Amino acid sequence: MRKSLYFLLIAPGVLLLAVFLFYPLVVILMPTFQERGLSLGRYFAFFSDAYYLKILARTIRIASIATLVCMIFGVPTAYFISRRGKRMKSFLMAVSIFPLLTNSVVRAFAWINILGRNGVVNTLLLKWNLIDEPITLLYTDFSVLIGTIYLFLPLMLITLVGSMDNIEEDVTEAAESLGASRLLAFLKIVLPLSLPGILVGGTLVFTGAITAYTTPNLLGGNKNMLLATLIYQRAMSLSDWTGAGVIAFVMIVMTVAAVKLMQGAAGRLDRR
Amino acid sequence: MGKRKQYGLAFFSILVFLFLAVPLFIIAATAFGEASTIRFPIKGFTLKWFAAIFASRSFMSSLRLSFALALYATALALLVGIPAAYALSKTQFRRNAFLRSFFLSPTFVPGIVVGYALFQFLVIKLRMPVFAGLLTGHFLVVLPYIIRVVGASLEQFDFSIEEVAWSLGCDKGQAFVKVVLPNIASGIVAAFMLAFINSFNNIPVSMFLTGPGVSTLPTTLMTYIEYSYDPSVSAISVLLMLTTIVLMFIVEKTLGIGTLAK
Repeated sequence: MRKSLYFLLIAPGVLLLAVFLFYPLVVILMPTFQERGLSLGRYFAFFSDAYYLKILARTIRIASIATLVCMIFGVPTAYFISRRGKRMKSFLMAVSIFPLLTNSVVRAFAWINILGRNGVVNTLLLKWNLIDEPITLLYTDFSVLIGTIYLFLPLMLITLVGSMDNIEEDVTEAAESLGASRLLAFLKIVLPLSLPGILVGGTLVFTGAITAYTTPNLLGGNKNMLLATLIYQRAMSLSDWTGAGVIAFVMIVMTVAAVKLMQGAAGRLDRR
Repeated sequence: MGKRKQYGLAFFSILVFLFLAVPLFIIAATAFGEASTIRFPIKGFTLKWFAAIFASRSFMSSLRLSFALALYATALALLVGIPAAYALSKTQFRRNAFLRSFFLSPTFVPGIVVGYALFQFLVIKLRMPVFAGLLTGHFLVVLPYIIRVVGASLEQFDFSIEEVAWSLGCDKGQAFVKVVLPNIASGIVAAFMLAFINSFNNIPVSMFLTGPGVSTLPTTLMTYIEYSYDPSVSAISVLLMLTTIVLMFIVEKTLGIGTLAK
């Protein structure tokens, strides 16, 4: 291919991304490093503000627990899916993909119906006389956590099935024929071989969870903010544009750090 | 004994699938309840909430907007993305790896940050009309899907077929349209589906760029839920889920459901 044609074909995309993604990013991030000259003052201020630190800690806590739970739910289930026959497998994959293609507002709304004051859980508990009055489940860290797990479990499942499909059934059968129990074969063979998939899935869930907006907005309310709801509030309700820029940069750094950590860990696995 | 362990695994997996499915079933059921607030189990049976959304001007206009937006943004991304993906897989320059990740970069920046940056640039600075702003934002959101999925199907394509077309007298443009495009058609369709769905469902970019009276369906729904709580939201959810099922069915019959897992 001639070089001129090559540049002609990629130029529109490069230009559009440069003008409409990178330039605006630079524009919002530049002022966060300026305070009468170049300075990290705004970041020191962010990390010494108890209110912001609490939100940052809550974001990391919820994202970490959600990642862990998605792994615990996801690994056995993905293994189950990957060992089904063709028809059953594509059905179960469809069931896993469906929530992923369903709007996140709808998925958060589902949990409002379940956890709300007049929701399914309270209705059942009252009916069975286990409680005297409705308990508060919605607009708590707990509801945000459930919503986040619900949001990202399908992503974990699909990633894991993709990586477990590459494990030959012969390998586990060989282990079993040599006397390993199914559980032992799973722990010693399947789990180590699907570790790269677990890492990728975990990173997707974690980075998704620290940046998701809809779920904390609808299930957390104002008292249980996460970074994503904080950035929206700083920008749109309070017009604190540099403040929003600082949070944006913190989010980008966290995302990149999570991805780099995962790549580092995956590299280690490869060398073994 | 080994068999019993399998039952344990099956039982656990069924619980996980119930966790995924039951909340959506509950929504679907509440769309048919007669009470004016959402109750489950429902009392009575009615279709009035479906009638209500079709009569609601804000829901219908935001539905139309979301549909048009997803269509235009995806078309634009295909127009920009297919040539770029073609150039990247046809050549072996060292910079190609960097360019590929450059094209995928919108996925590495959190959506809410993209939304905020575009709000500053397009809305505050350029004072762009609302639809143009949304189109720009959604174009950025969907471009990576096109590059990735079309790129993957170009990797499978045997470029010697294209050279045969040249030697048989096709010029480069003809060969591309008559030979390359038909061979990557299933990739293009899959990319289109993924891009369309992701644009249609997008919240974090849209919510910064919507203007007075101009709002996408998900942002309209989200604001609606923040203030009121009646089964019309369930009814909309049912319609959206039905559309998704139909789309998935078409994809399964033509390309295989696995293509949506990319």
